[in-house]
Amino acid sequence: MSAVSETHSKPMTDQDAENITRTEELAYELKVEQVMTKVLKSVSPDQTMLEALESFRDGRISGAPVVADGRLIGLISMEDLIRCLRNSDLKASVSQYMTQNPQTIRSTDPVVEALKLFTSKRFGRFPVVDDKGELVGIITKGDLTRGILTALQHDYHEEEVRRYRASHLFEDIVSDRTSLIMRYNIKKGDFIHGGAASSKIKRALLRLGATPQIARRTGIAVYEAEMNLIIHTTNGGVIRAEIEPHQISINVYDDGPGIEDVDLAMRPGYSTADDDVRELGFGAGMGLVNIQRCVDSMRLESIINKGTNLKMKIFLPKEETMGEGFSQNKES
Amino acid sequence: MNVKELISLIDGKLLNPSADLTREVKGGCGADLMSDVLASIQPEAVLLTGLCNPQVVRTAQMADVAAIILVRGKMPARETLDLAEEERIALVTSPFGMFELCGRLHEAGLPSLERPVNCPTCDCD
Repeated sequence: MSAVSETHSKPMTDQDAENITRTEELAYELKVEQVMTKVLKSVSPDQTMLEALESFRDGRISGAPVVADGRLIGLISMEDLIRCLRNSDLKASVSQYMTQNPQTIRSTDPVVEALKLFTSKRFGRFPVVDDKGELVGIITKGDLTRGILTALQHDYHEEEVRRYRASHLFEDIVSDRTSLIMRYNIKKGDFIHGGAASSKIKRALLRLGATPQIARRTGIAVYEAEMNLIIHTTNGGVIRAEIEPHQISINVYDDGPGIEDVDLAMRPGYSTADDDVRELGFGAGMGLVNIQRCVDSMRLESIINKGTNLKMKIFLPKEETMGEGFSQNKES
Repeated sequence: MNVKELISLIDGKLLNPSADLTREVKGGCGADLMSDVLASIQPEAVLLTGLCNPQVVRTAQMADVAAIILVRGKMPARETLDLAEEERIALVTSPFGMFELCGRLHEAGLPSLERPVNCPTCDCD
């Protein structure tokens, strides 16, 4: 909240910018039904305006849908009431003062649609209908603001907690040597998801408190290895990543077909990939070379028709170990 | 320059609304081979490419790329778009070709963030 008010007097900080972008994002992520007020009160068209006024006062509301035979036919608001009061016409029926056939919004629409409506039309509230067109709620500008602020606060808190928990993992669990092992099964030919495992490993490292540089090096090395499993294996393979505060050990293995000449495979530019793979941007014969450049130690063993096992290690310098000894803020 | 300024410089069209347009772009890298990108690109670069599959976004994510520009008005596959949206990396399409784009960006002051082959002075980062 303070960040928002401060933007008026101070130049915008990175944190402010981040919050604003997140707000825009939430406008697309949140659905209208998550922020709207569920309809508790509606009025009927033949009730008097006086009854509507009492209903507003009792319910502490500033507007209500007008429903006849279970169908939404209009909207009555405080402004209509004021109009009616100026005419000293409180005995009139609601149908005389209501807005007829009001513009509605769907409960499943993203909040950004509601924002657009509020900007383009000059109404203070819109009835919300479900996919069958039935009235389920009402949305005001206040609902929008409250919904987005709550969501912002919530997920800010969530990511903080996640990072806090993860970065303390190694301190909270006491042993002579603690490590975290993650395994990912990689399917042969699954180009659509190629890199998903590497992406998760990279994110885990950042949460555990690794420096962006360490996370990047590891990410690139594992990604190349993951693509190799997808491109070259008979049945896919496994990535096993073991994380310790001072080192990351990654083991990538499969059950065939194996590499005929490991030394040749390590040579820059050497590739057995076919044109399909090259069209996808891989198979230039640089994968293993890239891996070697990114890791501190690497061993490639392969037996024809039995499988290949690639072992790599990244050592973390003392001041960059993961967990409490490392402060993420120093680097990022 | 930031991603927003970059987009206006190349008549670009942003394809994923989740992208952070305030992100700083420090230089550029152009390639269609993702292994070349992974081998050479330095962090916070804009990646110019003609490749439109999801691997472009994955590569960008691994290599801390600030934005992706698809050359010659290419439109990505649905999966690519979804992944960019999820990872919040700006995915932009521009009507210009690779050479024209590199020229424009270079002229606007963006240096190359492609590491030369066998660069002796630097390690992976």
